Amino acid sequence: MILEVRDLKVEFPTRRGSLTALDGVSFSIAPSEVLGVVGESGAGKSITGMAIMRLLEPPGRITAGEVSLEGRRIDNLPHEEMRKLRGRKIGVIFQDSLTSLNPLYTIGRQLEETIRTHLPLSHDEARRRALSLLKEVGIPAAQTRYDHYPHQFSGGMRQRVVIALALAAEPKLLIADEPTTALDVSIQAQIIALLKRVARDRGAAVMLITHDMGVIAETAQRVAVMYSGRIIEIGAVEDVIHAPKHPYTVGLMGSIPRISARKQRLVQIEGSMPRLNAIPPGCPFNPRCPHRFDRCVSERPDLIPAGTSRAACWLHAAA
Amino acid sequence: MPLLELDAVSRDFDVSRPWLNRVIEREPRRYLRAVDRVSFSVERGETLALVGESGCGKSTVARLIVGLYHPTEGRVAFAGRRMQMIFQDPYASLNPRWRVRDIVAEPIRFLGTSQNVDQLLRQVGLSPEDGEKYPHEFSGGQRQRISIARALAGEPDFLVCDEPTSALDVSVQAQILNLMLDLQARLGLTYLFISHNLAVVSQVADRVGVMYAGRIVELARSAELFSRPRHPYTRMLLDAVPDLSKAGRARIAVAGEVPNPLSLPPGCAFNPRCPYANERCRAETPALDDGVACHAVHEKRI
Repeated sequence: MILEVRDLKVEFPTRRGSLTALDGVSFSIAPSEVLGVVGESGAGKSITGMAIMRLLEPPGRITAGEVSLEGRRIDNLPHEEMRKLRGRKIGVIFQDSLTSLNPLYTIGRQLEETIRTHLPLSHDEARRRALSLLKEVGIPAAQTRYDHYPHQFSGGMRQRVVIALALAAEPKLLIADEPTTALDVSIQAQIIALLKRVARDRGAAVMLITHDMGVIAETAQRVAVMYSGRIIEIGAVEDVIHAPKHPYTVGLMGSIPRISARKQRLVQIEGSMPRLNAIPPGCPFNPRCPHRFDRCVSERPDLIPAGTSRAACWLHAAA
Repeated sequence: MPLLELDAVSRDFDVSRPWLNRVIEREPRRYLRAVDRVSFSVERGETLALVGESGCGKSTVARLIVGLYHPTEGRVAFAGRRMQMIFQDPYASLNPRWRVRDIVAEPIRFLGTSQNVDQLLRQVGLSPEDGEKYPHEFSGGQRQRISIARALAGEPDFLVCDEPTSALDVSVQAQILNLMLDLQARLGLTYLFISHNLAVVSQVADRVGVMYAGRIVELARSAELFSRPRHPYTRMLLDAVPDLSKAGRARIAVAGEVPNPLSLPPGCAFNPRCPYANERCRAETPALDDGVACHAVHEKRI
């Protein structure tokens, strides 16, 4: 396993008590594997990524659990060591490519700088490497594009540059937070293909955070569904999509619009996800759940085997 | 007579450089044609959707219809009572300093309609007590419900919805789309629905217009368009939609990008990305004929 997360808990202390943004999150990602992390806004997907990179906005902090990268614990590393690890071992791709790049430097210079920060290469070697990275991510005419500024690129091309930057030091783990959300569908498909190729060819572990189940269906092998700061279901993508086990996942899959030849109503889950200061006891989904029974209100379910997946739902507990 | 009719509507934007630069560098004025001779009509009670990628001109069409822009050429004719617009961002379209009651009541006061705020709130799935709250106390989906209640307060028969669910989570999106379908059935509303999301459009629209580089390239009944797309661009868009049933399988990545509207290729704007393009496509702009603007389709090559 490249990444292992065990019982991760993230809290935000506030004047009115502590908010638990992540509660007991555990998962792992193997080499060449793409793990999709899906959920609605506020479910804790991005916080999970940020906690792994130790880039949580203060006062947010990890209060329990462990994060290991290639078998080595990284959640307790000193800040300076963690800083060296980011970029070198962990690459990151954010949604908004425009803010991930410095508008004042050419993309070539930014790539070179990143490469030379992490790897002991000469100026020329760094330049050669930067050019080959640009070619690898599919930038046409990389030689001329090298001296262009970020604003001279289209959104899709800029996102490719950001991916090249993330790959600069050959990281073992790639965290992609909504990498295709700001892009048009036709460009999305290109970026998805690129991410898949990167995982396959470089043997990197990819954590793909997105709210778009369609993107996950095509990119990931496994998927974790998050709700109220917990993973409520995790399993192979086909299983979770075609045979969801948690009632929330069932509702979520039904509410995704699909291409259909006729006008029709969608399945809808009533209500909305609870706020962090009002997560109900027991299962956080229980107020919206059509199958709720006594145990759901009093006792919190952990992930338990449900078919080929695992789900945090008492419906699947052996009676 | 259709409720709304657009007849060869175009809209240019002046993107010239400043006067001094033009004089010194002897540059002419430059115009960007955001919408190019778009014609369609919307019948009472139906939902017409416009789909396309960013920059294709779909939002400009919406703004031309509600009168936020004036057409450079062509004519917009509206035979209904009143139209209202629902915007994408429910965070930006509600005044944060006003109570919900006042937001919803404003069109009633201004237009003198006989609507009742409590009833409007109930109609969109909120409770009358929510009227005393401020917009920040609501989630994105609830805010969009408030926007819809406000739009309905003016008793419109035509609603222009510009990406009404794009800022929302999927489960909330489903709630809002269902609400819109229910309201249409109950109040006999007519919608113009603008979206980049083909799957959403397929669930709500009766007819669909596909836009590319400021023009409508295909206009057909929803059932036909999604089962038998004709224009190569429509086919490409449909292929590019992530498909849940295809888990693990690769989709064909589409090459190329939308052209720069300042320097559109001659002929059909889609020709550089089109696998069926020939000499005629590179020289002559195809007209929308029989629901599709494509030489290859007209010549029965595809």
